[in-house]
Parts: sequence; structure tokens; C-alpha cells
Amino acid sequence: MISLAYRDIGNSFGRYLFTGIGIGLLIGVTLTIAGVFRGMVEDGRALLKVADADIWVVQQNTLGPFAEPSSLPDDFYRGLLALPGVDRARNVAYLTLEIGSDTQRVRVMLQGIDPDTFLSNIIAGRPLSRSHYELVVDQRSGFQIGDTIKIHRHEYRVVGITEGVRSPSGDPMVFLPLKDAQEIQFLKDNDALYRDRKKLRDNPQLNPPNNPQLIDAVEQSLFSNHRVNAILLTTRAGFDPDQIAADIEKWLRVTAYTKTQMEQILIGNLIATGSRQIGMFLAILTIVTAAIIALTVYSMTQTKLKEIAVLKLIGTSNFLISRMILLEALGLGLIGFLSGKLAVTYWAPLFPKHVVLLMDDTLRALVLTLIICVLASIAGIRSALKVPPSSAIGG
Amino acid sequence: MNVEQQSATMPAIQVENLSKTFGKGESAVTVLKDINMQVAGGEVVGLLGPSGSGKTTLLQCLGAVIDPDVGRITFGGETLFNDGWKQQDRRALRRDHIGFIFQRPYLIPFMDATENVAFLPMLQGKSNKQAYQRAHDLLELLDVAHRADAHIEQLSGGEQQRVAIARALANNPPVILADEPTAPLDSQRALTVMKLLHEMAQKSSAAIIVVTHDENIIPLFKRLYRLRDGILHEELQQAD
Repeated sequence: MISLAYRDIGNSFGRYLFTGIGIGLLIGVTLTIAGVFRGMVEDGRALLKVADADIWVVQQNTLGPFAEPSSLPDDFYRGLLALPGVDRARNVAYLTLEIGSDTQRVRVMLQGIDPDTFLSNIIAGRPLSRSHYELVVDQRSGFQIGDTIKIHRHEYRVVGITEGVRSPSGDPMVFLPLKDAQEIQFLKDNDALYRDRKKLRDNPQLNPPNNPQLIDAVEQSLFSNHRVNAILLTTRAGFDPDQIAADIEKWLRVTAYTKTQMEQILIGNLIATGSRQIGMFLAILTIVTAAIIALTVYSMTQTKLKEIAVLKLIGTSNFLISRMILLEALGLGLIGFLSGKLAVTYWAPLFPKHVVLLMDDTLRALVLTLIICVLASIAGIRSALKVPPSSAIGG
Repeated sequence: MNVEQQSATMPAIQVENLSKTFGKGESAVTVLKDINMQVAGGEVVGLLGPSGSGKTTLLQCLGAVIDPDVGRITFGGETLFNDGWKQQDRRALRRDHIGFIFQRPYLIPFMDATENVAFLPMLQGKSNKQAYQRAHDLLELLDVAHRADAHIEQLSGGEQQRVAIARALANNPPVILADEPTAPLDSQRALTVMKLLHEMAQKSSAAIIVVTHDENIIPLFKRLYRLRDGILHEELQQAD
């Protein structure tokens, strides 16, 4: 038996192919948006993995450094180390800023860590080993080992490269010694320092003539930073992190989150708005794609109503006619899906945000596309089946 | 058996007391009133009448496209309609018993010439080989075999009409209904098509009913049916 769909597609293959590719670009955009969402989730998880902490200690009643400002004294970790079950305590400081040369500026999240901290995602070079002026950068920042990057007044040398370590907002992560991070957080330019110092020295209460040491002490206090954003704890085996976190909150008047709670904050709360927005985009794009496939299939059917009437008149069954329309719709969906998948595979790396293409999402998109095609073909099939064979007779 | 003898024994199509009314009550319009006609195998008859006289309705009734109200339709001795269709699947009835030729060829544009002809035997359940062989034979008979692989848009108007006639013959029907097949053609081509229909009727023993307004081809019919206000009148004439 001659395949009506195959012959019809073959007869206007160019138009059919380009229509499929057009739909494919829409499917590609839909897959990309799903990939951006997956990227946000993966970035959040990668951040937690790199932190390698069982408990996050942050400023009381805050959600931690990624959601709210959090500040703790950098010697607070000593008290935490004294708690039963706490194996290790590490200070960390986070700040987001643009770094690089005048021609290549990259927005990054700086993470200040103790130089001896183990970094699991290093793919080239080495971890930080000195207390100052070294960087380990994520490969997505574009910097290479040996690059010298100026941040404010100091120059830093790139000594290592990590892979897949980004902030929850998708900026590549850059590790530097904690003391440098603390300095950068509060560092002012020379003019600002001069103005602030002058203001202090002009204040007779802070700079009395009979006590010249007082102003030095005040300046020392104001122009140095001894605060961190969070303290990361590793617990000993056999101890319950929930219990330890509860004890910390009870006795030390700070807030402590377990890894699960921090994951909920990072992925559940922080990305929630983004995911709802992306969900809306996905829903709209799905509807638009469905409408375009439906309209395309419908108009393809409309252009051959006379032929369909003739086919019916000479005895072609409704099944054969419906199968033709359905197969054409499915073919359109398959061309669309394949070209969309191909497009997204090539353009995803060009996006500034991390785009993660999961096989599950791809399969879901394929199934959804085929379902849309089946539903979209219904309108075309209905209009074809309504055509009376008598319309072929009598002009 | 020649055409005259066949006609004398069993008509290819016989219509008795066929009526069709559209609408109900005061708005009812009787389009066909007690139509009686018979056409022998191999015979080509003309069906004439002014616009609105019921020609298309009669053709649609004979083609099992719409339902007559009452009457009897017999194809080759087999009663297909007797105040109701004997066969529920009207599409299968058309496929197995009737060939159609339209004002325009209305060939399926996404098939080539052979496929347009072979499709009907395939619908009847013939194997691809049998169907293509039948198509090839018919295209040869109609002198378009050299265009067998051509797509429809590559065929001239005359070639398309020949392929359409081949399609109408593909299922070997006892009856072919032709709805103004010469309407879009100039007089010379119209005469050629009519000559072809007569030849095919002779070769296939099919009865061909040709609906026409074309004064040029009317002299080609030995027998004519004229429809006026739903009533069918038979006329005999000396064909050219």
C-alpha cells in the first residue's frame, strides 16, 4: 500500500523540513530554559559539595551567606571546635565582584578559604598554599594558570583551575586566601581612607591631645576586618549533625544549618522564584509550540481538502486519511525535536549561565512533543473527516 | 458479445423510480422525481439539464455519495439500493463498483501518475505488483505510459485528464460517472476526451454517464437524458 504521508511529505519536503526546523528552534529554546533551571540546581549542589560541610554556622536568624548578609567574628570557630562531635571548623567569606583586565571583565563569586582547604573539583594546577595573593578559579571564568589578576590594590596569580563550581546565580567561583577575602570586603580606596582618617582625627573625643594612642586604636579597629560570613563544620563519625546544630543554636546564640537544610535554602528557597518563572516560560513555550504544530498540521490539511474529498470518494478509508495526517504531524514533531536537540547542544555552551541538558529532560521533551503532535493532529483529522466526498462532485 | 447484444441482455446500470427530496414540510424540495434510466455496458450516455435541474444530485445518488429516498439502483444485475443501501459501507461500494471522472482531473498531487492509478486497486486489496501492473496497462491503453513516473504538476492538462480516466477505470467498475469532464477544455480537446471515453467504454464494457453543458459534444451521444424540474426524459439521436 502506498503511504500517503510519505508521499505527501516527499512532495513538499523542503517546506516540511523548514517548518520542522522552525518548530525545532522553539523546542530548542524550551530545552534551553529547562537546562538553565537544571543548571541553577546543579550549581547549588556543586557549591555544597565543594564546601564539604556537615553544618553551616551563620549569623543568628539569618539564612546564610547566599540568601542574607551574615557576619561572624573570625575567632568564633574556636568555641565551635570545643563542642563534642565537631571535628573541623573552617571560616569562609563570600563576595561577588567583577575581576579581570580592562578588556575581559568577569563577574565572579570570591570565596575566601583557609589555604590548606581541600578542593575536590581541581582539574589543573594546585590548591591554595600561601596565605596571600593566590587564586584558584573555575574554568568557566576563562582565566588560565599563571594569569595575574588585579583585584583592587593587589595582584593575584592563578595557581589552579576547578570545574563546575559556581555561585547559585551561575557566576564562576574563585577561591582565594581568607585573609585576602576579608581585606577585599572592607578595602577602601586611598582617598576614602584619607577622608575617613581625617574625620576621625578631627574629632576631639576620639583624638584627645592628652591621649595620642586612642586614635591609633580606633583606626586599627575600624580599618581592619576580622569577620567572616560563615563557619563550616565537619562532624565526627557517630555524632548526629542535627543534634550538634541544635546545641550550637542553643548555647552559642548563632544559627546552624545541617547540609540538608542548607540545600533546601539554596535550591528550595533561593531558586524557588527562578524556578517558578522558568516554569511559566516553559508552560507558555509549550502552549506556543503546541499551537504552532496544530496550526501547521491544520493548514497542511486545509490545503488538500479537495484531494481528501477525492480520496474519500474513490473509497479511501478514514483510517488511511487520519493516519496520513497523524504521521505527518508526528514527523513534524520528530524533525522539530531532533533539530531542537541539535541546536541546544551547540548553543548551550555559548550561554553565560550554566545550561545542563539532562537525558531525562530530553526524553520528557520528546514524549511531550509527540503527545502535542498527536493532539495537534486531531484538529486536522477532524476537518479532514468532515469533508464530504460529495464536494468532489459538482465543481 | 457486442455492445448492442450486452445492452439487450443486462444493463450495466438500471435505475427505477428513484426520488430524492431535500428538506421537510413546506420547505421540502423534490429534486428527483421517479427517475428511470438504464445504460448498457460499453455505452456512453449524456445527462443534460439546466443548472439546478438535479444533475449533480442524480450523479451523487448513483455514486452512493448521498442517499436517495426511494427507488432501486442495480449495477450489473446486482441490486445495490432498494429503498435503502444493501451495503452499509458506501465507501467500499464506490471503491468496488464505480469510477469517477471530475470536471478537473483532481489527481492526488503527491503521487506520480502510476501511483494515482495504482492506488485504487491497492485499496481493493490487490498486491502492489498487481496494482502497478494494472496501472501500467491502463496508462499504456490511454497512451500516457511514457509519463508514468512523472509528478502531476509535470503533466500537461490533457495528460492529467488521461491519467484521471485511467484512475476511473482502475477498479474495473461496471459504471463510470463523469461530471462535466470537458468543462475546462477547448472544443478540440473536449472532442478528444469524449472520443477517448467512447473507446474506453468499448474496451472496458463500462457504462459511462457524462454530465455536460457542452453543446459541442452533445452530438457524440447516441442517447441523451435530459433532466428538467427533477423529471428525466430520454432522447435518442443520431450520433456523429
